[in-house]
Amino acid sequence: MRTSKILLSVLAIVIAALWAFPVYWMVSSSFIPTAILQSFIPTFFPNKPTGSNYVGAVADGSFWSALGMSIAVTLTVVVFCIIFAFLAAVAISRFRFRGRRSFVIAVLIVQMLPAEGLFIAQYKMVSSVHLLDSVIGVSVIYIAAVVPFTIWMLRGFVAGVPADLEEAAMVDGLSRFGAFMRITFPLLAPGLVASGVYAFLQAWNEFTVALVLLPSEAAQTLPLWLRGFVQASATRETDWGQVMAASTLVAVPVIIFFLIVQGRLTSGLVSGAVKG
Amino acid sequence: MSSLGNARRGIRAPHLLLIPAIVIMLLGMGYPMIWQVVTSLQKYGLQQQFGKPAPFVGLDNYVTLATDPQLWLVVGKSLAFCLITAALTLAIGTLLALLMSAVTKTARLILQVALLLAWAMPVVSAMTVWIWLFDRRRGAINYLLDMIPGVNMNRFDWLSTPLTFLLVACIIVVWMSVPFVSFSVYAGLTQVSDEVMEAAQLDGANGWQRFWGVILPMIRPVIAIVLLLQLIWDLRVFTQIKLLQDAGSKSGDYDLLGTYIYKLGTSSQDFGMASAVSILVLGITVALSWFYIRSLLKEDEA
Repeated sequence: MRTSKILLSVLAIVIAALWAFPVYWMVSSSFIPTAILQSFIPTFFPNKPTGSNYVGAVADGSFWSALGMSIAVTLTVVVFCIIFAFLAAVAISRFRFRGRRSFVIAVLIVQMLPAEGLFIAQYKMVSSVHLLDSVIGVSVIYIAAVVPFTIWMLRGFVAGVPADLEEAAMVDGLSRFGAFMRITFPLLAPGLVASGVYAFLQAWNEFTVALVLLPSEAAQTLPLWLRGFVQASATRETDWGQVMAASTLVAVPVIIFFLIVQGRLTSGLVSGAVKG
Repeated sequence: MSSLGNARRGIRAPHLLLIPAIVIMLLGMGYPMIWQVVTSLQKYGLQQQFGKPAPFVGLDNYVTLATDPQLWLVVGKSLAFCLITAALTLAIGTLLALLMSAVTKTARLILQVALLLAWAMPVVSAMTVWIWLFDRRRGAINYLLDMIPGVNMNRFDWLSTPLTFLLVACIIVVWMSVPFVSFSVYAGLTQVSDEVMEAAQLDGANGWQRFWGVILPMIRPVIAIVLLLQLIWDLRVFTQIKLLQDAGSKSGDYDLLGTYIYKLGTSSQDFGMASAVSILVLGITVALSWFYIRSLLKEDEA
């Protein structure tokens, strides 16, 4: 092996360590007792790991209520997103019809619209129908924001299943619906999973819209809870051990799901470009 | 596919399939968008919050905006932040992608896992860790910098001046965004065939020439799209700034467009002005996105 390759490999590992450091720091500190973290000299490894930070972080009921809220919102978003996006994806990849192009353009534009530019209006709309602090209010906005990319992602999967396969099954005596359910649907499963996880990540992590539409503490989702936890902690001496434990609790499900769909997400965003 | 399409011509099935998606997009995005355009043409302040009808004032809000030096300052800062952060992200991301293709399999895997971890972190969790790393008294960064001889960073408060505040925000955003760029560019690099590279090498091109002459032209489409997405994302950065303001100062000197609009809407309750600024942001976003949308449309028609 050439020396330059070895040197570059060492460099790559050093950069990897730097990049992963904040994540390591979060997890490692979450296991260090508060008394040790209070020192002005940072502790780089949990020599005597403790779970007490986690116990402290979930001790008052607010974590559990936020977890419940996050699960309710996320499930709603995932289920409706998959259904709506699936129907639309079938329409645009299996049919040529009037208005198809306009619909595709609308989907792509909506996908780019930032919540950061719309939250005032969304707040006004949701509050006027008295749905602030409710699962429905925030879910409607999330589904609208996430469905465009899910349609785009699923479109590729549906187009990837040749329609000839369905027709062959219909020749063999299956109904159109039967052919779809028996042939196409199973082939789409990976796409549905990937879209579902994408919707999960968006809904679970979202902060801006939640901040505006869920003002009361009882209706907080996990990201809002974590922010509140940090703020409450900062009024005393910040209990960094507990804060890091809270942070880890929010992050772990995301990291797991993220690793599942990562490949699909990158190719979905830039596939057009890679092919030229 | 076309045969199926022909057989179904005239039947409204595809339109029916689109209804749920269209309804939800109109409800969650379309209506707020229209409301915002209308409100940006109205005087919509505190009194209107309490039910007084909102009078139309034409382009008054936009005129106020155009002549407000405070807003121009925020726009300028946001643009500078967005350009610098996107450029840094792209440069570092591309370098790491090149590094990935130049190292041993094990080293590549380690680097990819590390980048994936950073990419997967929920933004609020990530901000929490970074705020602690930059903490004045117990932060690891001040501790480590202080160990360098001649550097005194003891109790240096990063969040106490706008410049260092935005520097911290920039570092965090770059850290979060580089993985996406690296993976995308690396995917582009794997499409550059080995034969082309060998041919260039045989022709005597050195590493630098090969990058500019062969690799870069071939991955240009990926770079263009990734840069565009970064610009759009960095322009509307809100969560990071908002959470840094929680930890540091909330004063207007520390605002970018996202937090500026938020404050117009929440503290001043001036929905008319807030809507006008939002329309400005949406306008810039759609203008920037147009190139991206066009390239995706081409893919759709292919």
